[in-house]
Amino acid sequence: MRVDVEDLSVEIAGARLVEDITLRAGDGQVVGLVGPNGSGKSTLLRCVYRALRPAAGRVLLDGDDLHALTAREGARRLAALPQETAGEFGFTVDEVVAMGRLPHQSAAGRITATDRERCAAALRRVGADHLADRGFLTLSGGEKQRVLIARALAQEPEVLVLDEPTNHLDIAQQLEVLSLVRSSGLTVLAALHDLNLAATHCDALYVIAGGRIVDCGPPHSVLTPELLAEVFSVRAHRVPHPASGAPQLLFDRLP
Amino acid sequence: MAGLTAALLLSLLCCVALGSSGIGWGETLRHLRAGLTGGTIAPDEVSAYTIVWELRFPRALLAAVVGAGLSAIGVGVQAMVRNALADPFTLGISSGAAVGANAVLLFGAFASLGVWALSGAAFVSALAAMVLVYAAARTAQGLTPLRLVLTGSAMYYGFSAITTLMVFSASRGEAARSAMMWLLGSLGGATWSSVPIAAAVVLAGLGYLLWSARGLNALAMGDETAAALGVDAERLRRVLFVVTAAVTGAVVAVSGAIGFVGLMVPHVTRMLVGADHRRVLAVAPLLGAVLLLWVDVVSRLLLAPVELPVGVITALIGVPCFVVLMRRRGYTFGGT
Repeated sequence: MRVDVEDLSVEIAGARLVEDITLRAGDGQVVGLVGPNGSGKSTLLRCVYRALRPAAGRVLLDGDDLHALTAREGARRLAALPQETAGEFGFTVDEVVAMGRLPHQSAAGRITATDRERCAAALRRVGADHLADRGFLTLSGGEKQRVLIARALAQEPEVLVLDEPTNHLDIAQQLEVLSLVRSSGLTVLAALHDLNLAATHCDALYVIAGGRIVDCGPPHSVLTPELLAEVFSVRAHRVPHPASGAPQLLFDRLP
Repeated sequence: MAGLTAALLLSLLCCVALGSSGIGWGETLRHLRAGLTGGTIAPDEVSAYTIVWELRFPRALLAAVVGAGLSAIGVGVQAMVRNALADPFTLGISSGAAVGANAVLLFGAFASLGVWALSGAAFVSALAAMVLVYAAARTAQGLTPLRLVLTGSAMYYGFSAITTLMVFSASRGEAARSAMMWLLGSLGGATWSSVPIAAAVVLAGLGYLLWSARGLNALAMGDETAAALGVDAERLRRVLFVVTAAVTGAVVAVSGAIGFVGLMVPHVTRMLVGADHRRVLAVAPLLGAVLLLWVDVVSRLLLAPVELPVGVITALIGVPCFVVLMRRRGYTFGGT
């Protein structure tokens, strides 16, 4: 499913945090959003998974205006891993994943055999079926993230939105989460902090600063020392990844 | 579930049979049957019959209804503010309801409403308290859990202060005494006219909560997650706020401010059946009803013939419970 963000502006409490953003993610593409803290990445994504309404502009899924769909219709097409702690209620992994079926069920509807099967398949897909009966709050960061991806997969969406999915994970978990996301085959929109991970896992990158898009394109054409100096205020050296050839960056402070 | 329902019926029976006036089990059962089927009784048994059928039975039913109601609202409020240590008191609603009730008791306010004055006033002031808390806690981003809890707690003290002021400025000693009963909760006012309304409101509220149980699950995971799952968190929280306030008002109107039931019962329920609100909302009301039936028995028998306010017993059990629970887990009180 194609995602088009058209001339999107978002305001919170009168402050315009995202200004006139246009971006596109083709069917099955993994698109990364990179930019300094406070640049508007999360705000943009929150608007895409409908936690915020746009002040202007539209989000289109295969041409349909997302904010014109009902919340449930929207959630059947697009799933998200927001950046928030999961509260303090002791849900089991099974229960967390089952929440992904919510947009597919009627209000009083019982969990059907199909629902259960979808949830089990989603857990298997992320390699977390052995965690099914564990309490979600007792899991490690990496396990939690895998379970949340399973919840998103159980939602059977065509688009997946991720807000900094690798935060607080160790490096093996970071690579694992991103390869899971890549292998899902879904259209992915992800805000990423780590530019090297973004360079190796994304088909295209959008660079956001001050609520606006500064540059976009494939990682190797976007992640230039000039742009990184301008946007992140660092001096960057580019080297090819010895295995994959993807551009990788080493940083200094700007002189 | 079947076991709990059986326990509820048995507790109901015990609550009717146990009391300070020494009416035997057989006699209790006979009077209950007479009341239920409209049978006849001997003239010399009228006083025992009145105690069983007009005093104890409605009182036991009320205990069950109030216990179930407080537990259900507790579950709702905890999901609403995303905090497992919240209860209807945390939002200041029940102490607001007590202000209205005391105005009636001490100053005869709303006298034109007749017998409805007390419950009507409690209900109206619960709603007024709700509007106040809502208006004070609301921001441009909507209702955030932490603000709701903090505002509610502050309002609780404000409303309690108003009630205390009223008690002190009222000259009638007996009224002040019954006002104290109100602040601490009592089931002594149960009559056949007060039980059905409270039961209807509690059932309606419980029905709504059960209907939105899956939404409550999503809400408990956070507003952003709820949004991504197709649940409008802000709207659900608004409706929950109104529903819980209405049920609280109806419950406080007939029983005063009975604390800690709405805190303890949801907790114990989650320990037993997990956090899924569909199961919690099925079990917690039954458990709450059983708990309050037995608390009522204790409050009547502990210092018999003096009757203790029910809230004293629930607080004596509830406060240590609260402290243990809070220390055992890393509660965030709705903040992050």
